[in-house]
Amino acid sequence: MSPGGAGAKEAPKYSKKDFESDQDVRWCPGCGDYAILSAVQKTFPDLGVPKEDIVFVSGIGCSSRFPYYMNTYGFHTIHGRAPAIATGLKLARPELKVFVVTGDGDGLSIGGNHMLHVLRRNVGVTILLFNNRIYGLTKGQYSPTSELGKITKSTPMGSADRPINPLAFALGCGATFVARTVDRNIPHMEEMLRRAAHHKGGAFVEILQNCNVYNDLAWNVLYDKDSKLRNELRLEHGKPLLFGPPDERQAVVMEGVVPRVVPANAVSESALWVHDEKNVNAAKLLADLFAPEFPVPIGVLAAIDEPVYEDIMLEQERRAISERGPGDIAKLLTSGDTWKIS
Amino acid sequence: MSEIAAAVKGNGKSLKELDRAVVRFAGDSGDGMQLTGEQFTTESAWAGNDVATLPNFPAEIRAPAGTLFGVSSFQLQFGSQRVYTPGDRLDCLVAMNPAALKVHLRDLKPGGLLIVNTPAFDKRNLDKAGYAANPLDDVTLGERYRLHKVDMSGLTHEAIKDLPLNAKEKDRTKNFFALGLVSWIYTRPLEPTLEWIQKKFAKNRDVAAANARVLKAGHAYGETAEIFSEHYTVEAAEMTPGLYRAMTGNRALAWGLLAAAQRSKLPLVYGAYPITPASDILHELALHKRFRVRTVQAEDEIAAVTAAIGASFGGAIGVTGSSGPGIALKGEAIGLAVMAELPLVVFDIQRGGPSTGLPTKTEQADLMQALYGRNSESPVVVLAPATPGDCFYVAYEAVRIAAKYMVPVLVLSDGFLANGSEPWLIPDPDTLPAIDVEFRTEPEGFFPYLRDPATLSRPWVRPGTPALEHRIGGIEKQDVTGNISYDPENHDHMVRTRAEKVRRVAQEIPPITINGPATGDVLVVGWGSTYGAITAAVERAQSAGRSVASVHLRHLNPLPPDLGHVLREFRRVLVPEINSGQLVRVLRAEYLVDAVGFNRVRGLPLASDEIHDAIIQLLGSHA
Repeated sequence: MSPGGAGAKEAPKYSKKDFESDQDVRWCPGCGDYAILSAVQKTFPDLGVPKEDIVFVSGIGCSSRFPYYMNTYGFHTIHGRAPAIATGLKLARPELKVFVVTGDGDGLSIGGNHMLHVLRRNVGVTILLFNNRIYGLTKGQYSPTSELGKITKSTPMGSADRPINPLAFALGCGATFVARTVDRNIPHMEEMLRRAAHHKGGAFVEILQNCNVYNDLAWNVLYDKDSKLRNELRLEHGKPLLFGPPDERQAVVMEGVVPRVVPANAVSESALWVHDEKNVNAAKLLADLFAPEFPVPIGVLAAIDEPVYEDIMLEQERRAISERGPGDIAKLLTSGDTWKIS
Repeated sequence: MSEIAAAVKGNGKSLKELDRAVVRFAGDSGDGMQLTGEQFTTESAWAGNDVATLPNFPAEIRAPAGTLFGVSSFQLQFGSQRVYTPGDRLDCLVAMNPAALKVHLRDLKPGGLLIVNTPAFDKRNLDKAGYAANPLDDVTLGERYRLHKVDMSGLTHEAIKDLPLNAKEKDRTKNFFALGLVSWIYTRPLEPTLEWIQKKFAKNRDVAAANARVLKAGHAYGETAEIFSEHYTVEAAEMTPGLYRAMTGNRALAWGLLAAAQRSKLPLVYGAYPITPASDILHELALHKRFRVRTVQAEDEIAAVTAAIGASFGGAIGVTGSSGPGIALKGEAIGLAVMAELPLVVFDIQRGGPSTGLPTKTEQADLMQALYGRNSESPVVVLAPATPGDCFYVAYEAVRIAAKYMVPVLVLSDGFLANGSEPWLIPDPDTLPAIDVEFRTEPEGFFPYLRDPATLSRPWVRPGTPALEHRIGGIEKQDVTGNISYDPENHDHMVRTRAEKVRRVAQEIPPITINGPATGDVLVVGWGSTYGAITAAVERAQSAGRSVASVHLRHLNPLPPDLGHVLREFRRVLVPEINSGQLVRVLRAEYLVDAVGFNRVRGLPLASDEIHDAIIQLLGSHA
């Protein structure tokens, strides 16, 4: 079966090359976007979706150039509006497999309202949010995910606004699939892309991505080999929240309603926090964990089944037609109060 | 205007035949005046009259009772000949309270019929309306008008005293007393209203019984009480034979879309954010899912238009609707549709502005916004319906043009058309022009911006079509290939091409219909909802032997190809508009004619009398 409500058409056997367009890729050398593009193109042959049924929709920003490089259907639209465009597209063509590519500025600042509503409606689109904590295309202003006090061209004495956490935002909107991955962890990124693409309903993936020109190593906590070993918390359904080097394993546990980090050997097995993707409340706690106090979770925070927007809309249409027959304008025009003048 | 054609005898009371009459019901916004007016309209249409209506209500849902700004009114003109407007001066005013009297009395003709609900003229209501003394006690009121003081509240309660409803519920039915009384005065049939009451209140028999009884009580009161010494009948109008229905502009826009969806065999996605006076289009379309119409109540105006654009990209008919403030928010996205060359239909139900302005009042001041209200060179097709029923054809035409030329089409309706109603000759949908949509499926020789030589339209490709995968977007494109291009000469070429594509829509415009001689002293040029007022004024001048004609533009961009020629056949050109002079600027710029405007921006339709005066003045100034 093909994922995400895509049509029943059999997909041919594809290779990565089939998803590469003829356009020259124009991101800065060293940009994290290259790795994401490559991971997407590598994953897509496994989706089982004919490539003509795939549409990439984007807004404005570095990440939003993405559709030009995919040999699928693509629509590079206006700043922040990709989720709304994708909503209209899914209503018109629910059988298509639609991806939204966005960034921290496009998706959480100018397009924050649309992101909220596409997630709460549970529209069946896969949203890839490249988070580099900076505005790249406009040359280096702070973004809504930049840390407080960030010094940029527009904030020479440091930004005064507190950052938004994309995962907490998505969960707060009622997203039914929320995951985080990292541009420098290719196998994990591929796994998350596959999981997201197969989710029934709206899927939200935050990809921690490096802007080597304006905000290099913003995610060094997960890039530096030693730091990664100490701080990365891999979320796996049914597995306990354990992290750190083998000789210093640590556990995230709940003390009352507060998460705490404790040495793994100090906790009994029954007291471990076992990750459950169906537990959205637990996911909301996980979303807020971050270094240095806590490890940085990557993986699927939540994946739940909820009614899908376009399914409900189309079901209403089918019901209306089955109960009263297809619309007939001639009948409608002469329905109700009419009178004859001779 | 209500000339008395004849006076005949009827059951002991005199019966006068009028050729037309203008009636206004006015009361508190909670008094049910809109409903009363709508029902009276239906009754008049049943009687075979032509009708034009003007609902007028406060922006507040329930403004404080008894206040001047809480007054709601519904005006209609009905006649035995074509009725073009809801009328300027009133033949009959029904005032349910002092505030309604204060606001509306100035519009009543001297000698006109004035019916007031006396118990509402108590100290509290008089204070709220700012009356120091009860105006009903002023003898000059009765000298100036044919005043009828009726205890509507008391008679209503008396008629239904045995029904198990509380006092408030009983009081709420008094608008039916007013309706029954006025129905008797103008010999309207009660049947349509009685039927409507049974249907509307099927679930609450007591309320149905009360309303029906009060309606009949009002009717009987007119017939038997001594105070009404005459009543009126208006003969059926000379109208084209056929089947008619009452049609409002908003419903007609919605139904025009349904007709287009059925004819094109395409699903239709309508994105909208609630806004007065456009919301009824969303409500109406949401009722008709059987036509494969999918409505999105979007999170904001921008999402509403972008959802429509996303649907168009997917091969459906994408439509959005709003009023002026919402159209301002949609501007950038409309530019995207211009650039991506996708079909898009945008309804602008104009209202008084700027900013929130007068949400429930009408205006024609968005013409410049429609033509130019986007960044850079961003041409779109602009159409405007002339009457409520015409909205049906214009909505259909907008879809047809958008799909054929792959271009956004803006439709400028307004609050007056949206809520106004007219008897509408039901068309045979098969006689509407075809909407032939051919999606490109052939990969051989395909380019996203390959153009049809006649229309300059690019191919419409549905995602899902094998071997035609391509990318479009808001960045400038190389013509034909659709590849991103920053080349200076290409940009200049594309700017001209997008403009030329819109200009070619002129191929779709039929020759101009001139109402009057093809050459003469004054040509009155209008657009949109002023059609009725202009036509009535021009015909009045013509019947007095003046050399006057009128032209009403449905296509505002591009303009009709023969318009320049028509303008030059007249010595003067007058352009009445409910704005401070927008079309008149376009005509002066486009054709170098010395056109003059007639402009009033009061939130109300123009009156035919004032247009007539402007015509006479212009004739005089030249003579």
